[in-house]
Amino acid sequence: MTSTRTTSSTTRSYPSYSQPLWRRLLLTREWAVIALLAAVVAYAMVNVANFDGPLTVTYLLLDVTPILLIALPMTLVIVSGEIDLSVASVVGLSSVLLGVLHEAGLSIPVAAVLALLAGVLCGAFNGFLVAHVGLPSLAVTIGTLALFRGLAVGLLGTQAVTDFPDRWTDLAKAKIGESSVPLVVVLVVALAVAFALLLHFTAFGRGVYDIGLNSEAAHFTGVDVARTKFLLFVMSGVVSALAGIYYTLRFGSARGDNATGLELQVIAAVLLGGVSIFGGRGRLHGVLAGVLLIGVIASALRLEGVTVNVINIITGLLLVGSVVSTSVLARISRSARPSPRGTSVPSSAPVGVGTQER
Amino acid sequence: MSETSTRRTGTASAQDDRPPVTAPAGGAAPGTRSAAGRFVTTVVRSREMSILLVLLVVVAAATAKTPGFLFSSNGWRDLLLTPSILLLLAVGQALVIITRNVDLSVGSVVALTAYLTGRLFIDVPGIPLVVVVLAGLAAGAVLGLVNGLLVALAKVPALVITLGTLYIYRGAVLTWAGSDRVNAGDMPRTFLALGTRSVLGLPVLFLVAVAVLAAVGYYLHSHRGGRELYAIGSDPDAAELYGLQVRRRVLAAFVLSGALAGLAGVLYTARYGTVSSGAGTGLELQAVAAVVIGGVAIFGGSGTVWGAALGAVLLVTINRALPILGIPDFWQRAVVGALIIGSIVLDRVLAARRARRLVEARDAS
Repeated sequence: MTSTRTTSSTTRSYPSYSQPLWRRLLLTREWAVIALLAAVVAYAMVNVANFDGPLTVTYLLLDVTPILLIALPMTLVIVSGEIDLSVASVVGLSSVLLGVLHEAGLSIPVAAVLALLAGVLCGAFNGFLVAHVGLPSLAVTIGTLALFRGLAVGLLGTQAVTDFPDRWTDLAKAKIGESSVPLVVVLVVALAVAFALLLHFTAFGRGVYDIGLNSEAAHFTGVDVARTKFLLFVMSGVVSALAGIYYTLRFGSARGDNATGLELQVIAAVLLGGVSIFGGRGRLHGVLAGVLLIGVIASALRLEGVTVNVINIITGLLLVGSVVSTSVLARISRSARPSPRGTSVPSSAPVGVGTQER
Repeated sequence: MSETSTRRTGTASAQDDRPPVTAPAGGAAPGTRSAAGRFVTTVVRSREMSILLVLLVVVAAATAKTPGFLFSSNGWRDLLLTPSILLLLAVGQALVIITRNVDLSVGSVVALTAYLTGRLFIDVPGIPLVVVVLAGLAAGAVLGLVNGLLVALAKVPALVITLGTLYIYRGAVLTWAGSDRVNAGDMPRTFLALGTRSVLGLPVLFLVAVAVLAAVGYYLHSHRGGRELYAIGSDPDAAELYGLQVRRRVLAAFVLSGALAGLAGVLYTARYGTVSSGAGTGLELQAVAAVVIGGVAIFGGSGTVWGAALGAVLLVTINRALPILGIPDFWQRAVVGALIIGSIVLDRVLAARRARRLVEARDAS
């Protein structure tokens, strides 16, 4: 924390802009993750039996979809310097609501809309406390993590609702035509494109970065900080509710403890994808690669007969390794570049690791 | 909660932990009458007092409904025994949070050390109790040291690092234990008796927890190192410029938090008798919740371990009281969540009021 603050006070030299465009675009943290993903996929294709089978792809994508969905708004939330730990509880709550409302006689689309509405309310509650009351999001969302999960468990107890119509549960697992790609990927891609446009190509998205870098400065440049943060939490709530609906239909079961612990997986994937926990840095393609990387590793290891425990260890190591490597590389590249104006010093560290931190 | 007000409340709340309200009159003998009076006022108006009041209301309500909640030997014992493990974790967590960090790995550390405890009794027949306790403490301290080193080395928020080690430690215990579980039959009677025995009407586990609480509370309140932890949490940069050993202090806080989690793991085994690899799942969030309820600011620099300990007791007691009050215990997590949010909102309101008072005082002078 301390070091990052001191670097920003030195004379500005924009060292990253002294590099040619292709280096700036390709030698980034995000592309490192994508390259790692490609390497792991290639390795698994060759060495892991059945990894290239059609079922693997289908199940990999089905399993990773909830994390992919929630990672999209989570990226924006973390870029703005906040965090939302309550997402998995919103998944559980919307799952339970879908089950309870369906049992009460509502059709699936109506119940789903109401569950989404509940997600909006959950997000708005978080957003109100963070953006308008000004409470730290870490504390607020630890509280709502317990609160929303408690509502979910309270509504259903230890029961489960499982009598969903086949039409809908099949739809959640349906594939596109004859291919092995699940239909739900269309939804994921659509949302990913929408969020990428929002974050990278709109004034709103630039405002999110500004808030993450310095929310006071953002306020003075005309960004409505409170409104932006509020909207981010609402998005996070509604997408989590959507993931909850998908989760319920995919497994055909609505339970209070659905998706417990998912928030940690989402945050691990987002940080692995190169989003800075300090806010202000990170791009969506890196996050998508990060989610897929964890998914592919888990899937390949499962095919190899490795238990979920080892997968947990590897997830943790990846997370710790990715953040430690970022700051260690930053320190190396700083010491390799003694003069701040050195323009042509070839740095071994990828651009964007050491230079673009705030 | 500002530094000045919390400092004064420290010594008195030490006695507040035992539910009957005998504390304020007792501890404040030295000093003149006005000093004693001021002391009582600060204690009564402290943030910790509000938690104690809520706790007393909960206990009173549950007791009114079912007198056995307090006035039976079992009820009294459970009231003190059940929160003991969370109390230890909350004390460790408070230490870390005061330095503007957080340790999410404690639940996994509890699982690892609890299983280690069981394993030691099985693999080394006749091993002395003291050695087992020390081994648990040491193992926890090493795991905490790993956390602390990574945080100091990477200079990333502890949230990220301990999130990672949460996975790693849990994965390690899952791999080590597999579907195996340690049963009560594997452990010596004397050890298991620790978990249930009482001395002078106070459970042994509770006494251990209170001893730790008193030691850490004294350290934080009166010792130089403890005050430095507050300084670091208030403003890490300023602490660094002031010449404090920020890294070493933060490292020590993590080691201590790990060691306390290790101790909690040993006590967990003594208390429950069976340990599987899933032991202590979710304890980290309960520990953070207890600390937040106890009035320790999540961004460091203020709060007391007394508050955190009271928060832990309140959390566990509410969980036990809900079914008695006719609320199905499925709702307990919702109540806990509401409690956390309520307490941070309360903190914000109190802080705003204090700021307004200070401004008024400045304008008046």
